[in-house]
Amino acid sequence: MWRRLIGGLAVLALVGAAAYASFYIAPEERTMGLVQRIFYLHAACGLTMFTGFFICFCSNIAYVFWRNPKSDALAVSAAEVGLVFSTVNLVTGPIWAHPAWGIWWTWDARLTSAFVLWLLYIAYLLLRTLVEEPERRALLSALFGIFAFLDVPLVYGSIRWWRTQHPQPVLMGGAGSGLEPTMLKVFFFSILAMHALMVLLLVDRYGLEKMRGEAEIVRRELEAA
Amino acid sequence: MKNLDSLFAAYLIGWGIFFVYYLTVARRTSALKTEIERLKNSQHRSS
Repeated sequence: MWRRLIGGLAVLALVGAAAYASFYIAPEERTMGLVQRIFYLHAACGLTMFTGFFICFCSNIAYVFWRNPKSDALAVSAAEVGLVFSTVNLVTGPIWAHPAWGIWWTWDARLTSAFVLWLLYIAYLLLRTLVEEPERRALLSALFGIFAFLDVPLVYGSIRWWRTQHPQPVLMGGAGSGLEPTMLKVFFFSILAMHALMVLLLVDRYGLEKMRGEAEIVRRELEAA
Repeated sequence: MKNLDSLFAAYLIGWGIFFVYYLTVARRTSALKTEIERLKNSQHRSS
């Protein structure tokens, strides 16, 4: 109990410090001004979403090979948490785009592939509600989860392979890309804070999924008796 | 302070989504705990 409370408070402090750094430490961008500070939340959530979906992908593969219910529990937890970060990424994007581009949304390669990724993981979670039998549900959703992850490299590469309305990458983007050193430090700190938040949410969500498994076992025993 | 409202909206909505999600997980966990207790009680009664 105390460990969870201290962990929660530490993550809260880290997220608060990241927000403070984004507002007050990072220098103001010359062309976009104040609104560019959304970047530290928007892009950090995007990268954390990738981590969440990658954990889901690895757990799905592990389930297909070893059929361990723990892998299935971790996969669904990571998918749900990844989806939350994806939602924040998709919501903060248009709020930044409107003052910066003059439009809320455009169907360019990055935005469209990110929206499709969000839909794919919604479908992944919906699929799980449609199948009653636990083993069958776990296998079907694992296979679908592996397929859904194929969109992640597409989202990542879209701004590298095609000309888009979305800005070009600031990390590993080649010549001409990059961030001012203080901005880069604040960005890395924001990524760290978002990953800490992801771990906190993932631990809680995984605990819930384990309890669901326990409840299912007790229910089966009751039905059999 | 141009676009301060957009900056605030983005951070407020972003944190709001995380907070609401955290609450739903906590609520689901507490409901499931009650359900498991109930199931275990009826299991004891039937045995």
